[in-house]
Amino acid sequence: MASKRRGLPEINAGSMADIAFLLLIFFLVTTTMDIDTGISRKLPPMPDEDQPEDDSQINARNIYVVLINSSNQLLVEGELMDISQLKEGAKKFIDNNGIREDLSENPEKAIISLQNDRGTSYKMYIRVQNELAAAYNELRNRSALNKFGERYIDLNKSEQKEIRKMFPQKISEAEPKNIGGNS
Amino acid sequence: MSKFKKNGGKGMPAISTASLPDIVFMLLFFFMVTTVMRETTLFVSVVTPKATEIKKMEKKSLVSYIYIGSPVKRMQSSYGTSARIQLNDAFADVGEIQEFIATEREAKDEKEVPYMTTSIKADETVKMGIITDVKQELRKANALKINYSTRKGIY
Repeated sequence: MASKRRGLPEINAGSMADIAFLLLIFFLVTTTMDIDTGISRKLPPMPDEDQPEDDSQINARNIYVVLINSSNQLLVEGELMDISQLKEGAKKFIDNNGIREDLSENPEKAIISLQNDRGTSYKMYIRVQNELAAAYNELRNRSALNKFGERYIDLNKSEQKEIRKMFPQKISEAEPKNIGGNS
Repeated sequence: MSKFKKNGGKGMPAISTASLPDIVFMLLFFFMVTTVMRETTLFVSVVTPKATEIKKMEKKSLVSYIYIGSPVKRMQSSYGTSARIQLNDAFADVGEIQEFIATEREAKDEKEVPYMTTSIKADETVKMGIITDVKQELRKANALKINYSTRKGIY
């Protein structure tokens, strides 16, 4: 090469900001910041076939039976109930501490038995699950405030565990049945 | 008070924009890192029910999703309108769930398997029958940690 180079000419970086802005706007638009939320539950393990079913020795008073039929009606402890009353009903049952004869002996023994039909709508089922969870959460919050002066979610792990031990969330779901006749 | 008038009358100096690309790049990288592109295309329409007692899902990498709902408009001609299950990118039968869970497990580290959660994203209009079937299959597959996906809100 005959021509003498005076080094590379400087690249104009003026448009770099524009390019970066373009990319930025693309990612801004495509970003979904939604965090998945939901109600967590643990399923019971499949019953062991070799093991005979242990006919439970649970006192009937410690079980709060919630039935949902195929037309989304609630039957709680043998009585028709509106969903709006379920939370209060469950709270009364859990926090009875042996005062009333027909409700639970203490929160640790209290079990909520939930049974739904195949024709029940998922929306109703979630509402019931939500109300029951709300009942437990309110009771936990109340005792957390009494004991530690803080709300349940603000407590540290071991304190939360202590509260959880006082109010264990026992929601049992029976083996599915098809009563309403819908699939 | 002439002390303060020294610089007056010369006009504003131009603000240097040399650092603008740097700032924009910083924002760009932030969004690039936080962006989660939707991995699966939904063939079923899902409007999750509302609930108040919700918890945030942690560790997204350990969550496998099961979508349940009626097929979207363009799929209705071939699949009808009744509720169906979608696993990954295809419609599935209830019987395929165990297999699905098994493949999900294989992809993860052995230590992480007990922490795996199955998120049920079901439409609020579906009946419990199909949900119960799914739950039974999950029990058989021993995937006991589940999460009913819901939106925040009151009824």
